[in-house]
Amino acid sequence: MTEAHAPVARLAGAVKRYDKRIALDDVDLVLRRGELLALLGPNGAGKSTSIGLLLGLVRPDAGRAELFGLDPQRIEARRRIGVMLQSAMLPPTLRVGELLRLTASYYPDPRPLAESAALAGIADLLKRPYGKLSGGQQRRVQFALALCGRPELLFLDEPTVGMDIDARRKLWTAMRALVAEGCSVVLTTHYLEEAEALAQRVVVLDRGRVLSEGSVDELRAKVALSRIRCVSDLDAEAVGRWPQVASAASVGGRLQIATAQAEHVVRRLLDADPALRELEVQRAGLAEAFTELTRDSDLQEAA
Amino acid sequence: MNATTAPAAMPPRRVLGAYLAEARSECLRYLRAPSFILPMTLFSTVFYLMFGVLLNHPGSDASRYLLASYTAFGVMGPGLFGFGASLAIERDGGLLTLKRALPMPPGAYLLGKMMMAMVAASLVVVLLLALGLTVGGVSLGPARVLAMLAVGAFGVLPFCALGMFVGTLIKGQGAPGLLNLVYLPMAFLSGLWLPISMLPGALQTLAPVWPSYHLNQLTLSAVGLRAGSLLPHVLALLAFAAAFLLLAARRLRRYG
Repeated sequence: MTEAHAPVARLAGAVKRYDKRIALDDVDLVLRRGELLALLGPNGAGKSTSIGLLLGLVRPDAGRAELFGLDPQRIEARRRIGVMLQSAMLPPTLRVGELLRLTASYYPDPRPLAESAALAGIADLLKRPYGKLSGGQQRRVQFALALCGRPELLFLDEPTVGMDIDARRKLWTAMRALVAEGCSVVLTTHYLEEAEALAQRVVVLDRGRVLSEGSVDELRAKVALSRIRCVSDLDAEAVGRWPQVASAASVGGRLQIATAQAEHVVRRLLDADPALRELEVQRAGLAEAFTELTRDSDLQEAA
Repeated sequence: MNATTAPAAMPPRRVLGAYLAEARSECLRYLRAPSFILPMTLFSTVFYLMFGVLLNHPGSDASRYLLASYTAFGVMGPGLFGFGASLAIERDGGLLTLKRALPMPPGAYLLGKMMMAMVAASLVVVLLLALGLTVGGVSLGPARVLAMLAVGAFGVLPFCALGMFVGTLIKGQGAPGLLNLVYLPMAFLSGLWLPISMLPGALQTLAPVWPSYHLNQLTLSAVGLRAGSLLPHVLALLAFAAAFLLLAARRLRRYG
């Protein structure tokens, strides 16, 4: 394998157990240069454990974790990454500028302080003590710390939790700018629209296994569901028993149907209720795809 | 971006800079935190004011003796709490995890805390000396003042190691309580509150077990109330430091 095609980060057959509970079960994960990979999954799916392995914070019980082809515990590998963890209580009495200067001192060729601050939108906070900031401002500071070393790879673990919509959009813009510079990003998130808006590739984890991997479109296609909405007198329960209907419910006076065969169902709906109106058909979002995927694995688990 | 990007090497100057930045931040953050700095400086100075100045004849040998023992008492605090309690809290709050994920040079975190404890201990010694030399009526030559400062700055190190070990045993806010259970009895048992000759015989025999006993011998020498070789006490303190450092490092490596 030549360096040009070498992955930026990789898990190969990674297994991690905590006591008896299995957190990661034979997971393969490859991150290529310049791509933004979203890790999705419910709580306890293994997202944070995957990141912990790639950062060298935990060691795999079996398999391997690599950063730039090196052991993640090697400092040479970590000098090329930036990190934003889910929870880190930074020293409250240090000013934002001091925190940035300290973190930048760990790197061989950091960004100028003003550039990091501008990218993360914290230029006006540099003189403030970290402990006096709001939760959303603190997250933005943590984002600035993650990017200040001019990393080739950025780990962002639930970066937008606690941010308002405006701050979240700004962070998205900054992430896109970094990816445009050639930076790779591993992003874990609960917000599906975040993965939808940003990710080139999505890996869905559940119970320590990779459930699905692919582009956002591929993931959606995998559970080729559409959502039909209309105002109708038809009984939701009865419609739910139609062969091609995955589920049907009456929500706020509207009939909502999920189906893989929208054309069939729409034809039958129009036949069954000539008075039907306000018909809408939509491709499923990532949220539906995701629910569908994890529900399938629930069923398999039960069987 | 070049496909065969070799990682940019870190010049030695920048590595040194990172160690310095870490130590500077560690000092700044704690010296700015009243909840840390006030108990640490007030404990020993208020005790000294009460027992060494108000309840004593200024200028007496007792006042000098108490300056030595409260200095030993005051120097223990920054080591135990500055190092131990902060480590326990940062292991709990995720800061240590973040630092381990970042490319912080190895040991910079612990060296930074050590520097901070040395600065804080020196501050305590300066405050006690200022009280002793003014209202306490103690007179010390410049050499003795320097000796006190040196004992303070280096005498804190075994207690850093002990604090670090305790900090690896317990996470979060429980640590200060546990540290007080180590701090106060140890200070009492090594004669920092009452002269050791006033303790029961068994406790007198046991006193050399405690690192604070040996630290007190050094401060007593520094103020000129004790003659004899310092070497056994320096060696004892070094041994305590090495032992707890090893124990703590083993636990940190295993459990993080």
